[in-house]
Amino acid sequence: MRGLHVALVMGLGCAAALHSGAVAAQSVSHGQVLFESRCVACHSLDEHRVGPALRGVVGRVAGKAPGFAYSSALAQSTHRWDVQHLQAWLTNPEAVVPGQAMNYRLDQPQDRADVVAYLAQQRLVSGGRKVP
Amino acid sequence: MTTLISSTAALAGATSRRAFMGHTGTLSAVAVALLAGQDAMAQGMGADTSKDVSILNVALGLEHEAINAYQLGAGSGLLQKPVLDVAVRFQADHKAHRDALMATIQKLGGTPVMEKKLDDYAKALKADTLRNQADVLDLAARLELGAVNAYLGVIPAFGNKDLAKVAARLAADETMHYTLLNNALGRPLPTGALSFGA
Repeated sequence: MRGLHVALVMGLGCAAALHSGAVAAQSVSHGQVLFESRCVACHSLDEHRVGPALRGVVGRVAGKAPGFAYSSALAQSTHRWDVQHLQAWLTNPEAVVPGQAMNYRLDQPQDRADVVAYLAQQRLVSGGRKVP
Repeated sequence: MTTLISSTAALAGATSRRAFMGHTGTLSAVAVALLAGQDAMAQGMGADTSKDVSILNVALGLEHEAINAYQLGAGSGLLQKPVLDVAVRFQADHKAHRDALMATIQKLGGTPVMEKKLDDYAKALKADTLRNQADVLDLAARLELGAVNAYLGVIPAFGNKDLAKVAARLAADETMHYTLLNNALGRPLPTGALSFGA
């Protein structure tokens, strides 16, 4: 079981590294820890809560998740959430979209990189189903 | 499980039914205390309070969700006394937070975000997956920890230091909730200092 866990973490880590080009292997698992202790106050992966569902957020056009009531500022955004945009967002969301409603920041660059690496793994396929 | 019984029993002893009723009866007093000086605050703030209202409304959304999460737990039939009493007591705290936040938002000229239907919260929180008391406590602990970190995380974004202090006080309540729930679940203390909000 431990071996499976290690293999899974390493696999996710490698995928993240391929995606961002710079994220350490262990950062995805750390990103999950951070996500579950920092982000889940408002977000979950698959359901809209205080904030929108975040599965598939990497690559999604900002402010356009179906069924979520965004702030008018974010609803009018046109950028796509790539790694750079998400890291800037977590650094200072107001600087990215003035008038946004999140306001939460992650202070440490590595923490931001880890959370984004984790989110990059949480992908959708067509029809909104999660990737196994 | 010893820790669950001992900690919740001790807390339940301190929060008898009468004490609980007394507490809920003072919700407005809590709100008044939180809002003390807010008239001056409102007058002293710049013309644009929309940012702070926006932050407070996100906080209010969290409190609505917490109230409903505890409602789902209390109504699930999965909680036994004295754990049930503790859940009801924590829910009362969140109702006090809600009242204070709503009053503050209105005083600042904003419109408080509305509570959703209980079924909406049940779906979002996957309440149908709760199978036993530990599941309910785990959900509550995760929400409380998230709330702690959310309140701590938005403190720097407030334009008004008094509102930042309010957020810190709310975070303190959530930390108390999280710590007791964590203990009730038999989980260890955080491994080091400064583990919250990092």
